[in-house]
Amino acid sequence: MERVADQALFSSRTFRAERENDWLQLEELLRRAEAGSVGGLSDEDLLELPVLYRSALSSLSVARETSLDMALVSYLEGLCTRAYFFVYGVRTSFGERMANFFARDWPRSIRALWRETLIALALIVAGAIAAYLLVSNDPNWYNAIIPQELAAERNPAATTEQLRQTLYHDQGRSGLGVFATYLFTHNAQVSIFAFALGFAFGVPTALLMVYNGAMIGAFSALFVSHGLGFELGGWLLIHGSTELFAIGLAGAAGLHIGTKIIFPGMETRLAAARRAGRTAATAMIGVVLMLLVAGLLEGFGRQLIVDDITRYAIAAMMFAFWCAYFYLPRATYGDS
Amino acid sequence: MATASPFADTTRSQRTLITPEGVDLRLKLATAGQRAGAFLVDFVILIGSLILFTIILVAAGVGTLAANSGEFVAVIWLLGFFLVRNFYFIAFEIGRRSATPGKRIVGLRVVARDGGRLTADAVIARNMMREIEVFLPLSFLFSGGEGVDGAITLIGLLWAAIFLFFPLLNKDRLRAGDIIAGTWVVYAPRRALEADLSSVSEEHRAAYAFTDEQLGAYGEYELQTLESVLRASNYDTQAAVAATIRGKIGWAWNEHENDHDFLSAYYAALGARLERGMLFGKRRRDKFDRGDEPDTGNDWRRRIDS
Repeated sequence: MERVADQALFSSRTFRAERENDWLQLEELLRRAEAGSVGGLSDEDLLELPVLYRSALSSLSVARETSLDMALVSYLEGLCTRAYFFVYGVRTSFGERMANFFARDWPRSIRALWRETLIALALIVAGAIAAYLLVSNDPNWYNAIIPQELAAERNPAATTEQLRQTLYHDQGRSGLGVFATYLFTHNAQVSIFAFALGFAFGVPTALLMVYNGAMIGAFSALFVSHGLGFELGGWLLIHGSTELFAIGLAGAAGLHIGTKIIFPGMETRLAAARRAGRTAATAMIGVVLMLLVAGLLEGFGRQLIVDDITRYAIAAMMFAFWCAYFYLPRATYGDS
Repeated sequence: MATASPFADTTRSQRTLITPEGVDLRLKLATAGQRAGAFLVDFVILIGSLILFTIILVAAGVGTLAANSGEFVAVIWLLGFFLVRNFYFIAFEIGRRSATPGKRIVGLRVVARDGGRLTADAVIARNMMREIEVFLPLSFLFSGGEGVDGAITLIGLLWAAIFLFFPLLNKDRLRAGDIIAGTWVVYAPRRALEADLSSVSEEHRAAYAFTDEQLGAYGEYELQTLESVLRASNYDTQAAVAATIRGKIGWAWNEHENDHDFLSAYYAALGARLERGMLFGKRRRDKFDRGDEPDTGNDWRRRIDS
C-alpha cells in the first residue's frame, strides 16, 4: 500500500517537473511578445510558440484531471488564456489595417447605413424647415433656437450690412489654425455623442439631428429676410457639404444601433446589437476623418475664400467626392 | 474562510471558451468591483496626463515667446486633449494585451464574446459608448445650476445613471459599450508558477506518518482550503487551522511540533491520497462526501457553512 502511495505522488510530481520548463519558456515568449515589438521574437521563437501553447493546453487538461493543486491549475489556465489570445489574435499590421479601412471597410460601412442616412438627413431637413418657418413668422424664435454664444452679432436686430460682414470677415478670430482645430474637436465630440446616444433606442440621436437642422433653418430665415440667402449658402456649404454629411452619418450610425436593438430581425437582440455596433463604429472613424476635413475647410477655406461662386464650387466638389467614394459600385476582391 | 475558498461560487462568473484544440479555458468574468477599480485607475491616469500635458504646453508656450507660438500651442493642446480623451482606451485595448493600464493592474482583459479575435471596430464601438456612460453623467454633475433647472439636471443625472450602472443589471456584467461591441471583460491575471507544496522531503514525510483513517477525514475542498492557508503563510491562521485538524483527526500534539511543518506534511499526504483516488476515478469533493451519492456539483453552499 505504501509503495503505491509513493508512486502516485511521484507521478503527479514528475508531471510537473517534466513540463515546467516548457511553461516557463512559453511565459517568457509571451512576456516578450506582449511587451510590444514582434521584432523581440526570432523566427524560431515564433515557430516555437504555437507548439508550446498546445503543449501547455494539454498540460492543463491533464492537470485538471490529475492534480488537486489549485495554484497550478490556475497558473496553467492563465497561461493558456494568454497564449490563446496571442496565437489566435490579430496579425495584420497597422499599415495593412489602414489600407483595408480606406479601400474597403469605410465605404462598405457607410453603404450599410444608407437607410438610416436618408432618415437622418430627412430629420435635419425637417428641423431646418420647421425652424425656418418659425423664425420667419416670429423672429423671437431665433434666440430660442440659437445659443447666445454661437449667435454673437448675428441676431435679428442686426442690420443687413452687419450680417454681410459676418459672412466674409469673421471677427475676433485670433488664428485660423486654432479656429479650425476647435471646430474639428467640437464637432467630432458632438458626432461621437450622437453615435453613443443611439443606444437609447436612437431617440436622442434623432432629436439631436432635428436640432442641428433647426439651427441651420433659423440662420437661413434671418439671412434670407435680409436678402442674403445666396451668400449664406456659400458661407454654410463650403464646409457644410462635408460637415453636415458627416453629422448625418454619425446620426445614421446612432440610429442604426437604436433600430437594430428595437428590431433585431432574425438574429437575437444581442447579436444584432453587436453587428450594428461594429458597422457603426467603423463608420464613426470615417466620420471623425470627414470632420477633420470639414474643420480645415471651415477654418481656412472659408476665411480665405470670400467669393460666393468659388465657395459653392468647392461645396459641390466635396459632396460629389464623398458620394463617389462611398456609393460608387466597385469591384470587390479578397474575402468579404 | 469562504472568501478564500477555491470553490466559492465560481460557476456563476465562469464562462466557457473552447479553443480550436478542444480545451475549455473557463474564463472568469470580471466583477463589477474589479471593473470599477480598473476604471478609476484609468481615469486618474487620464486626468493626470491631461493636466501634465497642459502644464508642459503652457511652459513651452511661455518659454518660446515667438510670435506664432501661442497659436501653435493652442492647436496642439486642442488636438491632444481630443485624442487623449477619445483614444486613450481605444489605443490600449487595440494592443496585444487588450487592456488599458488600469485593467492590467487589476488583471483584466477585453475579450470578444464569441471567443474570436478582438477586432478594432469592436474596441472603437465599446469605447465610444463611454461618451454617454461616463462623460454625460459627469457633465450633468458639473453643469448643475448653469442656466438649467435643478430638477431637469437631476432627471438627466438619473437617466445617465442607468448607463453608468448598466453592468450591475445583467449577469454578464456588460456595459452598454460591451453590448454593441460584442465583448466582455474577463479576469485573467498574470500568475507566477508557485512552489509545489506537495514536494516535501522524505525525512519530513517520515516524521509525520498519518494513518489511512486520519487522511480519510477530509476531501478536496478542505485540501484546497489548506493549500490557500499554506500559501498565504499567515502564522495565526495556520496555528488555528493546525489545531482544528489535530482535533479532528486525533493527532497527538507535542509542543515542539511546528504548525507549518505539520500542515505541509498533512497537505502532501492528503493530496497524494486524493490524487491517487482521482487516477482511479474516485473523487471526494469534501468531508461530507462518502462516495454513496452521485455528485451534483452545485452543493457549494453546504461546504461554505462548514
